[in-house]
Amino acid sequence: MIHAPARVKYMSITVRFFASIRMKLGKSQDTIDCKGIMTVADVWERSAKISPPAHLLAAVNQEYAGLGQAVHDGDEVAFFPPVTGGQE
Amino acid sequence: MKIQLVATAFDPWQEVVRYQSGQPRLEGKFGATTVFVGTLRDFNQGEAVQAMTLEHYAPMTEKHLERIVHEASSRWPIEDVLVVHRYGELSPNDPIVLVAVWSAHRDDAFQACRYVIDELKTRAPFWKQETVGAGKRWVTPEG
Repeated sequence: MIHAPARVKYMSITVRFFASIRMKLGKSQDTIDCKGIMTVADVWERSAKISPPAHLLAAVNQEYAGLGQAVHDGDEVAFFPPVTGGQE
Repeated sequence: MKIQLVATAFDPWQEVVRYQSGQPRLEGKFGATTVFVGTLRDFNQGEAVQAMTLEHYAPMTEKHLERIVHEASSRWPIEDVLVVHRYGELSPNDPIVLVAVWSAHRDDAFQACRYVIDELKTRAPFWKQETVGAGKRWVTPEG
């Protein structure tokens, strides 16, 4: 009996970097193509290729997300430092 | 309700007058208007600030500002809210942010206005970079 090979799902993730993180990495946007299950932390590792800085914040599809959150095909994952809007 | 992100200098007082005069449904309904205006100082952490760049993550900023305003509307009986926030290149004395709240009573207007500006500071994805002396530095939440 011939078994069909297990289907591997390929994903394309848009990655965005802001503020001091953008400047440190020297890029504001990236696209990573991957397969299997990935987390926000995996996306950072693949794209940034350095250890995550302290106080790193992340968002998936414009919602704050933890580094352990799973990402899906077509997601936009953003990394940035703590926010400083408004006024003191 | 109106939320506006603007790349050029704005006059917050004119914005309040313009917005209110364009809302005839507010007439006779509000007894209190609270207005908070945040303005760029020419000093921070003991150093002269020459300019500031305000970076933001546009779709996320809009989404979270809208949510914060809706939260304020559900917590206090308010009639209307106007939020205007700058981004891009700013000079000292430029207004950074305007929060105006119209309500029947002053206590609700004060509390809702305070809620919007406080939540905006910790949740809306904006980042400030100051030009001080010969260099630039990112502002941290503690600073």
